[in-house]
Amino acid sequence: MTSFRRGSLTLQPSLARNRWNLLLTLTAGLFTALAVLPLIVVIAYVLFKGGSLITLQLLTELPPPPGLDGGGIGNAILGTLIVTLVAALIAVPVGVGAGVYLAEFASAGWFARFVRFGTNVLAGVPSIICGVFVYGLIVSTRLFFNQSYSALAGGIALAVLMLPTVIKTTDEALKLVPQELRWGAMGVGASRFVTISRVTLPAAFSSIATGVVLAVARAAGETAPLIFTALFSPFWPEGLFNPIASMSVLIYNFAIMPYEAQIALAWASSFVLVVMILLANLLARWLGRFSST
Amino acid sequence: MAAGARPELFSQRRRPPWELLIDRGFQKLAVVLASVVGLVLIGILFTVLGGAREAISRFGLEFLTTSNWDPIGEHYGAFTAIYGTVVSSLLALAIAVPLGVGTAIFLTENFIPLPVRQVLGLMVELLAAIPSVVLGLWGIFVMEPFLRPGLEGLHQWLGWLPFFSTTPLGPGMAPAVLILVVMILPIITAISRDSLQQVPLALRQAAYGVGTTRWGAIVHVILPAAISGITGGVMLALGRAMGETMAVTMLIGNSNNFSLSLLAPANTISSMLANQFGEADGLQVSALMYAALVLMLLTLVVNLLAQVIVRRLSLKY
Repeated sequence: MTSFRRGSLTLQPSLARNRWNLLLTLTAGLFTALAVLPLIVVIAYVLFKGGSLITLQLLTELPPPPGLDGGGIGNAILGTLIVTLVAALIAVPVGVGAGVYLAEFASAGWFARFVRFGTNVLAGVPSIICGVFVYGLIVSTRLFFNQSYSALAGGIALAVLMLPTVIKTTDEALKLVPQELRWGAMGVGASRFVTISRVTLPAAFSSIATGVVLAVARAAGETAPLIFTALFSPFWPEGLFNPIASMSVLIYNFAIMPYEAQIALAWASSFVLVVMILLANLLARWLGRFSST
Repeated sequence: MAAGARPELFSQRRRPPWELLIDRGFQKLAVVLASVVGLVLIGILFTVLGGAREAISRFGLEFLTTSNWDPIGEHYGAFTAIYGTVVSSLLALAIAVPLGVGTAIFLTENFIPLPVRQVLGLMVELLAAIPSVVLGLWGIFVMEPFLRPGLEGLHQWLGWLPFFSTTPLGPGMAPAVLILVVMILPIITAISRDSLQQVPLALRQAAYGVGTTRWGAIVHVILPAAISGITGGVMLALGRAMGETMAVTMLIGNSNNFSLSLLAPANTISSMLANQFGEADGLQVSALMYAALVLMLLTLVVNLLAQVIVRRLSLKY
């Protein structure tokens, strides 16, 4: 029997390859620390700096004129909720409908391929281009009642941004529904519409809801599509056809002002926005746990 | 009860016409909703092309190579912004790829206990959820003042290189690149992590079986097997970095004077749009639309390349 060198089966840390191993492990660990660091620092700053400013007055009052103290971000909070709601009301029905088409009706034809390709392309369009598009289509042409900047225009710009995410999640969630469920429904004589609306969509509900919540959370923090569609307003929202304030645009506008009070409001807005978005993300994770597939 | 006593149970039911109508209508509705995607895309293309027509006919391709942005003399060239877009996103990628892939490796191999890895993974994913305008605010008031002494030192040491030849005055290319790194890191990490997790266990076991070290297996077996997904993720991140607006606008300084120095204020197409679009009129809007068209084409090419790469490089094992 051939024998092998003694000790060749025990780990020898001094071997070159084992030293490399240790070095690379330490490097990867260092990279991970560097990658996680920004989140901790940003969250700490936003919670500490923004959170310490939060008062009831700040949440319910209008922002002060430049140079004055006090005031709040009440109109921006309300505005963000309104614009995001408008966007969701447009993007969710359209997106779910398109997702249903792709998963349930689409054959291998050119139209289905075109819609899939278009969804991918739309997902890659920079958010500021959505703003430029809505500006050119609605704002500069004064399409709605001769109004230029409006909450509705902002909502539409955000809806364009959300649409690909909603389509993709619906499409993928429906594809994960077992084919047997559809056959079963067809087998007991259900029509196509009943099969989809009563069997497949409910089965995919929690996955779709997760995707929708994530898309809404992302849209709520978007600024670029809003700065020249919804613009900003120092007043309370005046309906869908007038400019409207939003937290994200408030942060952008106030961060570059030379006044302490405005910068403090920007930090407070960041706090409210980040807390809302993180809560939405946790909600999405919680909803995701209910998906049976 | 004997079978056949209730024959109506098995009788054929003819579909009532309204049921057929609902079915047809529902299908048509789905087709209409699906075509909204196409309409929006065509709408974007035509709006931007239509808006840019005047500037295209006035400046032609010279727009891409000159960097004179003069609203009073009505002469526009976007070279500074295009250069800024490409350079800022490529530099951000050069920093973020090693960091992101390294993190992904660390989070998929069992260096540390699973619960810790899951928490770290969740934290990186939550970083992606933070709005870019909040990162911009943090960048202006926290990151940039913190970095300035370091950048000043860099200028004093390496000031003879054209890339560090100007004194850092606050906003500039370097802070913008660093905030872009923070923004694209979660994308690269998440996608690399997914691709690494999908590498079949058998490949890993085979590598260990022939006696390689852990990093031997990672570098020679696992990374090559996951390279298609990782490259696709990197391209997606590049597209995202090119289109990223708010944080960059707040940190880059928005200067249209061309400078090789990374410490000088610069411009990207998206920051130029965010800054000027609201107040522009006439030919300037058209020039901005032209720049938007260039940005669209750049991101489109990058995103299409991402899809092609994922398809081409998919390893058959």
